Amino acid sequence: MLFDVSGAKHWIVRLNQKLQEQKKYLTSLDQAIGDGDHGLNMARGFQEVVLKIHDTEYKDLGTFFKDVGMTLILKVGGASGPLYGTAFLKFSMELKEKKEINGIELGEALSAALEGIRSRGRAQLGDKTIVDVWEPVVDLMMSEGENLNPDELIRLANEKMEDTKDMEAKKGRAAYLGKRSIGHIDPGATSSMYLFEALAEVLKGESYEE
Amino acid sequence: MKKLINDPNQVVMEMLEGMVLAHPGKLKQIPDTTVLVRSEAPVEGKVGLVSGGGSGHEPSHAGFVGKGMLDGAVSGEVFTSPTPDQIFEAIKAVNGGKGVLLIIKNYTGDVMNFEMAAEMAEAEGINVAKVVVNDDVAVEDSLYTSGRRGIAGTVFVHKIAGALAEQGASLEEVEAVANKVIKYVKSMGMALTPCIVPAAGEPGFQLGDEEMEIGMGIHGEPGIEKTKIQVADQVAETLLMKVVDDLQLKESEKVAVMINGLGATPLMELYIVNKKVAEILQEKNVKIHDTFVGEFMTSLEMAGCSISILRLDNQLLELLDASADTLAFKR
Repeated sequence: MLFDVSGAKHWIVRLNQKLQEQKKYLTSLDQAIGDGDHGLNMARGFQEVVLKIHDTEYKDLGTFFKDVGMTLILKVGGASGPLYGTAFLKFSMELKEKKEINGIELGEALSAALEGIRSRGRAQLGDKTIVDVWEPVVDLMMSEGENLNPDELIRLANEKMEDTKDMEAKKGRAAYLGKRSIGHIDPGATSSMYLFEALAEVLKGESYEE
Repeated sequence: MKKLINDPNQVVMEMLEGMVLAHPGKLKQIPDTTVLVRSEAPVEGKVGLVSGGGSGHEPSHAGFVGKGMLDGAVSGEVFTSPTPDQIFEAIKAVNGGKGVLLIIKNYTGDVMNFEMAAEMAEAEGINVAKVVVNDDVAVEDSLYTSGRRGIAGTVFVHKIAGALAEQGASLEEVEAVANKVIKYVKSMGMALTPCIVPAAGEPGFQLGDEEMEIGMGIHGEPGIEKTKIQVADQVAETLLMKVVDDLQLKESEKVAVMINGLGATPLMELYIVNKKVAEILQEKNVKIHDTFVGEFMTSLEMAGCSISILRLDNQLLELLDASADTLAFKR
């Protein structure tokens, strides 16, 4: 399995399509336990990212994902801007000057991205945040390496997203609800599921429709 | 959705432009940003004060930019933290050489974006201190959560830290007095009706005709409980007692009171709430030094109010009374 700039572009465009389609759904999840802006912010931010990468020629993965990270930090705001932005910046730092990477390198770079999310958001597994999808998915990618089955990645990301429903939020705005946050899927875990679902679809060789 | 707007995606920029056009002698906008600063910024030899957060809480925070309070305010999208680059622009614009204090309300996004901006400023050699306001007693404080939210009590932080900065105090002194206010101010709110974020187009939550939410946050985050609607005296007592208990107010202590409207509650109702608040405090023999009734930190067109109590020692009392000249707060 090889992942290059073209695959990277497919990933981000595909993710943006999902976010635009699910904007209302993400916002409704956030209205239940947050402040109701997650879908709007993610859709606005990734639309900007797609505009930015559309007209630029990228020689390597590092500069591509640096643009993705910086655009998210500058355009999204809220909590998701710094978290996803930091993730893609850390990801890009692992991919400096790399034109293509294999499954093992992809897992390692995503692991660095997860560390960025953890240190920026100070969240742990079980806090009902995006970490609850990221950590198990990155673990799977690290352990499977070149043998990763993209369908298994999609299945796991969905399962871990569903698991946040029964958790009590410890971080983010949902934490103010305490036990009242139980029974609702975390909106950030859901957008992270889309992120990995889009990645897995690209790894399976599906392209995006313009 | 029925709103007096042009384009849901342009509400923040158009509002800021309108504010500057209304008060050209007081405010200026940093070009291509959502940052408003005092027209004389940066003030040489004075600690600069920057606050900000999502829009939709007007007059917070730009309404408190001016002599004796803030030097700059950064506006994010409605109910969304501003981004680090915008906050960084505000820091640069108000840095008069004595450092800059960031006054942040305790929300995950605000804290992260202001932290990233502070890191950018420090990398450019600007001295930055940060304080985080968490006055909302509706939310339980815990080491394991994000902690309490910042709401209307934040305005007292702007007022008092701003007054000390105006006297020429150091960044450390201004930070210390801001932290003292944060320790001494507690608030709690309630809502009767929801509000609509323009870009969302529909209410963020629902309340039945006979319902209200006690402890509602300023973004429509659910509070402590949904209950059947009660009369003003009962609501005032519920909110006030939670605040007073948390502060552990004792007899003959001095306080400042703020009755804050959330956007759609008339002054008539706010004064009715204040009547009960004042009566309870008088019964407890707490001395009300001053009372502020009006809209200080709103939540778009939400109906409801919050009550804030600030414990005053001699230093805070003197700084509260110092002169201030901003759009929304004058002394």
